[in-house]
Amino acid sequence: MSTALQTSAAQGTRGHVEITNVRKSFGTTEVLKGVSLTVQPGGVAVIVGPSGSGKSTLLRTINHLEKVDGGYIAIDGELVGYEVRGNTLHELREKDILRQRTNIGMVFQNFNLFPHLTALENVTEAPVVALQPGDPRRKSKEEVRRRGLELLDRVGLKDRADAYPRQLSGGQQQRVAIARALALDPKILLFDEPTSALDPELVNEVLDVIRELATSGTTLLIVTHEMGFARDVADTVVFMDQGQIVESGPPQEIFSNPREERTRSFFSKVIEPAFNI
Amino acid sequence: MTAATVRTPSAPVTPEAVSAETGPPAVPESPTPAVPQPDYAAYRVVPARRPWHWVGTGFVALGVVAVLWSLATNPRWEWGVVTQWFTAQSVVTGLVETLKLTAISGALGFILGFVLALMRLSSSPLLVSVSWTFSWIFRSTPLLVQVLLWYNLGYLYEKITLGIPFTDVRFFETQTTTLISQFAAAVLGLTLNQAAYSAEIIRGGILSVDQGQLEAASALGIPAWRRNTRIVLPQAMRAILPTAFNEIIGLVKGTSIVYVLAYSELFYTVQVIYNRTQQVLPLLLVATLWYIVITSVLSIFQYYIERHYSKGAVRNLPLTPLQKVRRFFATHATTGLNARSPR
Ligand SMILES: Nc1ncnc2c1ncn2[C@@H]1O[C@H](COP(=O)(O)OP(=O)(O)OP(=O)(O)O)[C@@H](O)[C@H]1O
Ligand SMILES: [Mg+2]
Repeated sequence: MSTALQTSAAQGTRGHVEITNVRKSFGTTEVLKGVSLTVQPGGVAVIVGPSGSGKSTLLRTINHLEKVDGGYIAIDGELVGYEVRGNTLHELREKDILRQRTNIGMVFQNFNLFPHLTALENVTEAPVVALQPGDPRRKSKEEVRRRGLELLDRVGLKDRADAYPRQLSGGQQQRVAIARALALDPKILLFDEPTSALDPELVNEVLDVIRELATSGTTLLIVTHEMGFARDVADTVVFMDQGQIVESGPPQEIFSNPREERTRSFFSKVIEPAFNI
Repeated sequence: MTAATVRTPSAPVTPEAVSAETGPPAVPESPTPAVPQPDYAAYRVVPARRPWHWVGTGFVALGVVAVLWSLATNPRWEWGVVTQWFTAQSVVTGLVETLKLTAISGALGFILGFVLALMRLSSSPLLVSVSWTFSWIFRSTPLLVQVLLWYNLGYLYEKITLGIPFTDVRFFETQTTTLISQFAAAVLGLTLNQAAYSAEIIRGGILSVDQGQLEAASALGIPAWRRNTRIVLPQAMRAILPTAFNEIIGLVKGTSIVYVLAYSELFYTVQVIYNRTQQVLPLLLVATLWYIVITSVLSIFQYYIERHYSKGAVRNLPLTPLQKVRRFFATHATTGLNARSPR
């Protein structure tokens, strides 16, 4: 399961995320009210906060699944979704947005595996069709297949390569989804509540895989309600409420000694007493 | 594995299961039960009785026999005449025309319908309204009127011209009546009408696919065309196919409407024959039997195509009827009748 694979960090690429003053509204409700956050290459940021605070929306702006209304997001200095020409921002064409997205993997709460494709086909679909000519990550079909099996092995599912998603348990499906997100060697991985749809006894098999990724040098942004896991794996914990980042910092600090009253009252509700130090 | 061999009184034991069992009956591993479990393995199993089940089956069987009997013995059906005309040269020629019309207007109709569905789902207000208007017009006029209108297009527009609008540049010009033959009018009418209906069917299928699928595909950087053809359409097919086959089967019989153009497809052909021979019912029966044959063949196609697209949608594919038959012979026939062959 722990085959040491080449990581993007080892290949000399980076994964610096810079979110600056991002605003986003749906209709008249402002969901993100000026969010700024920086994650260093290889860093692990865990975003926590009450339901409806805008965590998913923030994550979705990072790969341009949601367009921002104000502010900007830059990955390794390159703006997401826009191009700077002189002093104007030009919206990128679909093709360039797709190219940017190949550097950003995403894992969804409800997996979103393609149900008519096998586990292996789910993993190999993007590397076969999404990489544009000239991309150094482009490989032959045979190579992609081999790498797909390698990734399934890494998440402990090599022997289920030919199973369809509906023939897998929830935890297995989510692990396939993680392998799928890794298939393009992204610099950044986004996890939106990866274990929320899982039965309690399946949560750990997924968290273990993410734990392993956290040490691999890929930048991770994780939205989760698993506070114990957050404490373990994060180097930055970000607490969001009502479309704003209330405070952020190393886990020991945020969990044991929050500065803000809102953070304190949130944690007092979600963390079991036994867990409090 | 032990759980599978532990028997409780509530789980009925079939004779096969008993004979397949090797070794002594397993004992539950749970902490010592208070009462020793009797061993039910040697008991005979009596299936539940269902008397009404048999009464119902009897009635239906009787009804079926009565219908078949009357079909076979009533001389007015004139089965002799039916067999005489069933494979007659003219009837077969008409049949081929019917198949040709169905295939061409079915294929063109669904291709155009696919384009219309994509237009309707696009973000361009112009494309959406053009597609909507198309469906609106062609679904609100009777097919009969459409076919007649196309055939009489020459009355409305004497010439058909291909050129650059509002200029004198012309690439091509011809009399409408020479361009719109009976065949062309029939194909035009059937195709456009079919397109209007299939657009809605395809759109419905596409809408039935979870939005998360598209989102996951775009998050992976998969290009738009590939997203549609590889991710969305195959899943939409499951919703599209049953209704689409309904439409095609409807179209097979719908082609009979072009008899108003005196186009000699199957239905028009038998009409011509019975006007001559006065054997109305037997000849209508000839046409009906051919329609039944076509529909049956299409139904078999439908079964296998639907099965193909249900890959991954159902946990395990059920056996096809053919596989069931083979399996029946593999288990029953070889053990019962042909005891020599190894299992
Ligand atoms: N497409 C949309 N249209 C309108 N409102 C939306 C849309 N997406 C999200 N919202 C609203 O934006 C707010 C933030 O939603 P978001 O999904 O980002 O919350 P969240 O922090 O991820 O919550 P949860 O923990 O429940 O997943 C919510 O009030 C939600 O109703
Ligand atoms: Mg969310």
